[in-house]
Amino acid sequence: MAQGVFAITEQRDGELRKVSLEVVSEGRRLADGLGTELTTVLLGSGVDGLAEELKKYGPEKILVADDAGLADYTTDAYSNVLTDLVQSSDPAVIIMGASAQGKDLAGRLAAKLDAGVAMDCVKVQLENGNLICTRPMFGGKLNAQVEIEGDRQIVAIRPNVMDITETAKDSAIEKPAVQLGDVKTAVVGKKMDTGDKIELTEADIIVSGGRGTGGDYASIEALADALGAAVGASRSAVDEGWRPHSDQVGQTGKTVSPTLYVACGISGAIQHLAGMSTSKYIVAINKDEEAPIFSKADFGIVGDLFEVVPVLIEEVKKVKG
Amino acid sequence: MDIVVLVKQVPDTESLVQIADDGVSIKTQDIKWIMNPYDELAVEAALQIKEAQGGTVTILCLGPDKAIETIRTALAMGADQGVHINDPAAQGSDSLAVAKLLAAALKEIPYELIIAGHRAVDEDNYQVASAVAELLGIPQISMVNKVELADGKIICDRTIEGGTVVVEASLPALFTTQRGLNEPRYASLPGIMKAKKKPVDVKTVADLGVDAAQVGAANRKLKIKALSSPPERQAVRMIEGEAAADKAAALVKVLHEETKII
Repeated sequence: MAQGVFAITEQRDGELRKVSLEVVSEGRRLADGLGTELTTVLLGSGVDGLAEELKKYGPEKILVADDAGLADYTTDAYSNVLTDLVQSSDPAVIIMGASAQGKDLAGRLAAKLDAGVAMDCVKVQLENGNLICTRPMFGGKLNAQVEIEGDRQIVAIRPNVMDITETAKDSAIEKPAVQLGDVKTAVVGKKMDTGDKIELTEADIIVSGGRGTGGDYASIEALADALGAAVGASRSAVDEGWRPHSDQVGQTGKTVSPTLYVACGISGAIQHLAGMSTSKYIVAINKDEEAPIFSKADFGIVGDLFEVVPVLIEEVKKVKG
Repeated sequence: MDIVVLVKQVPDTESLVQIADDGVSIKTQDIKWIMNPYDELAVEAALQIKEAQGGTVTILCLGPDKAIETIRTALAMGADQGVHINDPAAQGSDSLAVAKLLAAALKEIPYELIIAGHRAVDEDNYQVASAVAELLGIPQISMVNKVELADGKIICDRTIEGGTVVVEASLPALFTTQRGLNEPRYASLPGIMKAKKKPVDVKTVADLGVDAAQVGAANRKLKIKALSSPPERQAVRMIEGEAAADKAAALVKVLHEETKII
């Protein structure tokens, strides 16, 4: 019978992604709750150093699939190798990040293993040895409590939500033989954002602008800079061509849960609210005191963002010294 | 090139979603239904490829009677034909079961390329397209905002955190759409008229040869135990002040001293 927890980590260009640490920490918590072992799985090429780093999060075992063909994530190579590892170790629970990688991988792995998936979970609880996962649906308009039937359960957790906990152990590192299997895709190029742009779904603070900016994002960007924040946008701002699609927050864009979300000149359409309502603190700045955004905000300022934001920048700089 | 587009009918993103009396489903009576916005991008992508190099565009949709509206919308945009999996036994299926039904239907439809939205904005499961690709044994590229076809290959820009990767796959293949790929066209009036005469094949679970014990609400691997509305926030605290500058200063003070974020 399947037992144990498999935590699938992610690395990119020789670095563990933050969501990996969240996955391993949550995996540790689940394994303890279930009274079972945690195996951390790392795929990549030349990743011995990363395996050492993973010991900090306390797995009993670290399985390293090291192969030149695993340097970059491809659906087929990764899902083939993971399926082999799952079949030989037979874990009951597989946990991964609901990242670009996890969202691509989960469905493929589910079909290979004929297992159910709880995608993009914000909370995982144990009830009599069963996993009860909480996952937003309809872009966050509702939360569902779900349970996975069958002897294998796949859980993908939303990045930036679960705590990272260090519980160092002298984990055993194993390097099983790797068979890439039939691979029909290849990564032939990368176009990464230059500079130190912060990814929205991983940001601790987001400053977001909407129609009220009129397309002028200079002060929004300056405030984001002062706060060390990422810049987001509403759908209408993206539709106007003021910001790239990758900046869009909402039901048809990205769902975010930063510690602080500052909405500037965003009225608060229902599809936008769905994408940011799990933020810990929400600040709304809007000229219209009737704007729906204020119904979801913790703190509100009625005023022109072009008057308020520049002062905010100065005040933030003062506080930060 | 023969292309199949997977589409789903979902509640309008501007609509309020309310929990039904059973506690595990939503109230459907007052909802406006639309084509999943990511699927509109998929239909548009298919039409652009067809316009450039010929071929056919088939719309494959699983859903109840009313889902025909969404199929007709895609046909009015310019797709050639539809396949509608419409069977009460299939309703309430989870992602993997939906993928099994779609994959079974795809075994009867010629294709070199399958295009789907990267997720449906109702249950947000992100799984059906990947599972379909696996069940058909073809490669997949997810969350694509640029696509090129050349020499039996597909080359896509796949959006990931902090940028894009360029991924190449052999055909036949499946890719899923991301915003930025294109601007979906509106159906024209002649398009709407023509759509009424385009063929739509209706299939049941039995027609597809899928075991009924693998699909439907009763056979979900992912069971919804309860739905709830997100916790209400406390009422907003309006930051008052004479001028914008006073309000801004007061806000930073709160964020610094009370919430300790800054």
